[in-house]
Amino acid sequence: MEITSAQFKKVASQKLADKKVQAALAHAKGKFVVARAKAIEELDNFEDIRRAAADVRDHCLANLDQYLEQWERNATAAGTIVHWVESAEEMNRTVLDIATSNHVRKVIKSKSMLGEETGMNEYLERGGIDVRETDLGEYIIQQAKEHPSHIIAPATHKSKDDIATLFAERHQRPRLDDIEELTHEAREILRPHFLDADMGITGANFLVAETGSTMIVTNEGNGRMTTTMPRIHVAISSIEKCIPTLEDLSLLMRLLARSATGQSISNYLSVTTGPKRDGDSDGPDEFHVILVDIGRTRVLGSDLRPALRCIRCGACMNHCPVYQNIGGHAYGWVYPGPIGSVLTPAYVGLEKAIDLPNAATFCNQCGVACPVKIPLPDLMRKLREKQTERKLTPAGQRVGMRVWAWLASRPTLYAWATRIVARLGKLAGGKQGLVHRLPLAGAEWTRGRDLPAPRGKTFREIYAARNRS
Amino acid sequence: MSAKENILARIRSANAMHAAAGDVSFTPSERLSAHPRGPMPTMQWDALERFKACSIAAASTVDELSTRADIPAAVARYLKQNNLPMSGVCWPEFGDLDWHGAGLEMQPRPAAGDDKVGVTGSFCALAETGTLVLLSGESQAATTSLLPETHIAVISTSRVVVSMEDVWELMREEIGELPRQVNFVSGPSRTADIEMTLVYGAHGPFRVHVLLLDE
Repeated sequence: MEITSAQFKKVASQKLADKKVQAALAHAKGKFVVARAKAIEELDNFEDIRRAAADVRDHCLANLDQYLEQWERNATAAGTIVHWVESAEEMNRTVLDIATSNHVRKVIKSKSMLGEETGMNEYLERGGIDVRETDLGEYIIQQAKEHPSHIIAPATHKSKDDIATLFAERHQRPRLDDIEELTHEAREILRPHFLDADMGITGANFLVAETGSTMIVTNEGNGRMTTTMPRIHVAISSIEKCIPTLEDLSLLMRLLARSATGQSISNYLSVTTGPKRDGDSDGPDEFHVILVDIGRTRVLGSDLRPALRCIRCGACMNHCPVYQNIGGHAYGWVYPGPIGSVLTPAYVGLEKAIDLPNAATFCNQCGVACPVKIPLPDLMRKLREKQTERKLTPAGQRVGMRVWAWLASRPTLYAWATRIVARLGKLAGGKQGLVHRLPLAGAEWTRGRDLPAPRGKTFREIYAARNRS
Repeated sequence: MSAKENILARIRSANAMHAAAGDVSFTPSERLSAHPRGPMPTMQWDALERFKACSIAAASTVDELSTRADIPAAVARYLKQNNLPMSGVCWPEFGDLDWHGAGLEMQPRPAAGDDKVGVTGSFCALAETGTLVLLSGESQAATTSLLPETHIAVISTSRVVVSMEDVWELMREEIGELPRQVNFVSGPSRTADIEMTLVYGAHGPFRVHVLLLDE
């Protein structure tokens, strides 16, 4: 997928001024947060489960080579054809090769963020394959030729009216005005494709080493269709999704849907082990799993390693005040919100996503909501440090910080300088006590809000006065 | 070197730089053979009552029967009440029932795209979340619970287990290995992808009706 993270500030400003986007965000705001809060109340030991889940994910990562090899042995024994690939291009080529060597013309696809990373749909389409997204949100986005703005609710930036107009145009049918009718129209349009597609492509929520299985969750049932109806099934999965046992899967399942949508379990969990067996009444003749690195091993060896625990629930973005106001597109790549602010620089390069680690208030709502305890603000802070080390921050900011550091390490001078600023600030604030425009880098800060003016005395002056009285 | 060797070598060198982290109470081989359970939430409810309540919370409907022979009448009653077609398909294990006697036309074959009603069994059921556990196999077509607009599942009360961990344990005891696919089904197919408004019948069944058989 094209990376537009470098335009974060520009796109974020556009989204803030876009009435439609703001209305869609306002409509969604808080709904997932409230649902999650209710859902985790059902678990009287939620924090224990969360800690155990983080430990299990760390344990997986620390022994990833052994678990992947064990997974491959079991998957191969069940008849799964396993491919290992290092790059996005290699992954796309492998999928296309499987398709062309099996004379595949039509593919039905269940949602995969990894597929978004590699631009797989476009690649297959260029190779002459008809690819149909089947998750309703992804289908809407594909019809509109856009990208997802949320990892579990991809079309959350679009209103019912947008979708009604889109469907009327794309389906060549009368315009509908009802969400239920729109959903059922998409069902009707997609049903024949489920029945006659040659190949199904899914992602994988997890790989289970104990059994060599892949596992996906869906609410719509498109995942079951995609893994069962076509004669070929291809699952793409990045390597860090491998977990040890079915018990570990059960532990993580108590967290995933609750953290994502506030459901106690997703509607459908499908655990797939190999292709159709002798005598089975359904299932694909061939089952391929493509294990993908693209950047994971690099992150594993870096200080951003805890980000690989991620189970893709979306709780961090749902709880993020920045995401809630600008939506997902400004982040400019596959993963929005706090996890995107870490994964995007990690996978595509910090210099291409310079603003993302700064697009945070560090309120730590994301860190508190994360079901596997990824310390997201800490990771963003590490990226900020790297920006400074590598001189990627603006020159003015670097000079400013140096001046401040010089001043702050001279207590007498610092006290004198801050006394002047406190007094000048009080004057600048006028009767309202608000500063409307700051000089230099502060101008950006006051563009959208006022700064409460200093009251004329520094903290140290007030503290000293209190001690005297 | 192959891609596999490259990836594994990079994992090993990355992990060599980090001290072992996470849960170290089991080595990988111990963990794989002992499959320890993680911390479980308190589950002090009655499994059957919990299964019923959670099924309803997941938007399924539940009926209770005392003998297997009552199944056709219960299916007919449900279909009539909801103005649904009186014909469909069922898993072969229910092929011997007197469907005609209840005014139904039920064929013991996998579902095709236009079948309206599918009757299945269930390997077991999960009380924790109100979930049916369907296995693939020779006489357990996945299409029967997926393609029709109405899915009716028959489950014996003795097969209701407490937690997901219990499902795996039961499968290890009774089957030994996983079938091609295990599907956990919690109520009808749904989506909220348009303006976060919940709609049933996204791609799978619009409704799931559970017949609890207490023999």
